[in-house]
Amino acid sequence: MKVLVPVKRVLDYNIKARPKADGSGVELTGLKMSMNPFDEIAMEAAIRLKESGQATEIIAVSCGALTCQDTLRTALALGADRAVLVETEVELQPLAVAKLLKALVIREQPGLVICGKQAIDDDSNQTGQMLAALLGWAQATFASRIELGEGSASITREIDGGLETLSIRLPAVITTDLRLNEPRYATLPNIMKAKKKPLESVTPDTLEVDVRPRLTLIKVSEPPARQGGIKVKDVAQLLDKLKNEAKVI
Amino acid sequence: MTILVVAEHDNQHLKAATRHVLAAAQAIGGEVHVLVAGQGCSTVAEAARTLPGVTCVKLAQGEALASAGAENMTDLVLGLAREYTHLLGAASAIGKNWMPRLAAKLDVAQISDIIRVDSPDTFTRPIYAGSIWATVRSVDPIKVITVRTTAFQAVAETGGAARLELVTGMTDSGLSRRTDLRLNILSRPELEAARVVVSGGRGLGSAERYRELLEPLADKLNAALGASRAAVDLGYVPNDYQVGQTGKVVAPDLYIAVGISGAIQHLAGMKTSRVIVAINKDPDAPIFAVADYGLVGDLNQVVPELTAVL
Repeated sequence: MKVLVPVKRVLDYNIKARPKADGSGVELTGLKMSMNPFDEIAMEAAIRLKESGQATEIIAVSCGALTCQDTLRTALALGADRAVLVETEVELQPLAVAKLLKALVIREQPGLVICGKQAIDDDSNQTGQMLAALLGWAQATFASRIELGEGSASITREIDGGLETLSIRLPAVITTDLRLNEPRYATLPNIMKAKKKPLESVTPDTLEVDVRPRLTLIKVSEPPARQGGIKVKDVAQLLDKLKNEAKVI
Repeated sequence: MTILVVAEHDNQHLKAATRHVLAAAQAIGGEVHVLVAGQGCSTVAEAARTLPGVTCVKLAQGEALASAGAENMTDLVLGLAREYTHLLGAASAIGKNWMPRLAAKLDVAQISDIIRVDSPDTFTRPIYAGSIWATVRSVDPIKVITVRTTAFQAVAETGGAARLELVTGMTDSGLSRRTDLRLNILSRPELEAARVVVSGGRGLGSAERYRELLEPLADKLNAALGASRAAVDLGYVPNDYQVGQTGKVVAPDLYIAVGISGAIQHLAGMKTSRVIVAINKDPDAPIFAVADYGLVGDLNQVVPELTAVL
């Protein structure tokens, strides 16, 4: 069974995002970009399926500018067998990405798509669910455990207040939560080997997908800053402040 | 404009999240209907009928909807969607799961996790873990929206008298079936609805210390318990205690952060709390930059002392 893993190039999670001075977008110039952390977890899940003999091939896909090749090379170094870049300069929104992925799924016929549950840049949490919808497949979001069976999978999901286990029909889309696994790092020999693995480029046009944005960004801004307060010297003063100043207890 | 608010419930109780989403709907304006979809949930529908400003409650019941699975919820609402200009749900584990599926079936964008209604087609939402707010306008004919419940003050529980309509013709996609459900038994308020939240981080050192120090404090304050991602990853508490960018977003009247350094990802989940207290031994911890009252000290001494005087 082939497994398809979409990976997104995002601002590294250690860097605090700031708006551009004119509010037209987020400042990314010159800043470190990395693979979305939830996509690393998705990659790891796919690699483990391959290591256990349940998956035969891992195809990593990224949609965006040419620089997304870096993210795909990382995926190849981690263990993807080949990569596909859907190259476009258009700002892609989740619905457009889901449509691009659908076109590739139809071409590649994977038995499973494993996505990160959300990208840490736009925090949309949509693409996997949208892809499942467009394909008419089952979906299991926020997965913390994956167990594949014959034609079905048992997926444990993180929900409000606890855990839910679903039995879903395959093929399906799974999105990963934080605690599904601990992703590995790419080793130097594997980074070298990744340079020789196949990386194909296609475009939205060749996939016949309309990727025009549906949401217009009016502006971005910094949220109102929260004013730091004071340091209290001891518990007695804290209690006094909470009772008499903040009046919360 | 007619807006459909999808109720958040557990088949027995209408959850408070619904009243927050309703507030967002009222900020958009127009007629508001509420959908209660589930199984054996007619008491939920009765509660929804009294919500202020709601003119119609649609009740859809059936085995296929018992667990609010994404595939069946989507198919159900797809059948109703064309009557509405806006479809709103909570940005909860349930809403986040099925609403994007619906949006894709309708070939429209979803606007996730809104915190402000700027106009009926323009909304503000946090991105980059809340470090930035983005204001976006949707050109789609139907707006599919999830609402960050803490950003909208809940409407009252009563005051309305909506008519009840039954929705029939549910089908089961057969794609997915719940085989197990393990809910943590809570003897405390729910994290997202609590007036006071006591939250613990790596500084507590162990699951035992978390319990020994924070449970008595939470008991005194009738508080919910939360945690940083570090505390969850270290196994101090279950996953659904996590407050932050990818966990729960809370905005209680009082948030007490104990042994939490204050990573951006954590601040994203709590920085709109009304009053924040931080207890940490490191005077330079970033949590102090957002705390109204910071207490630098050993939590092993400070927390029991605070518990004792409350």
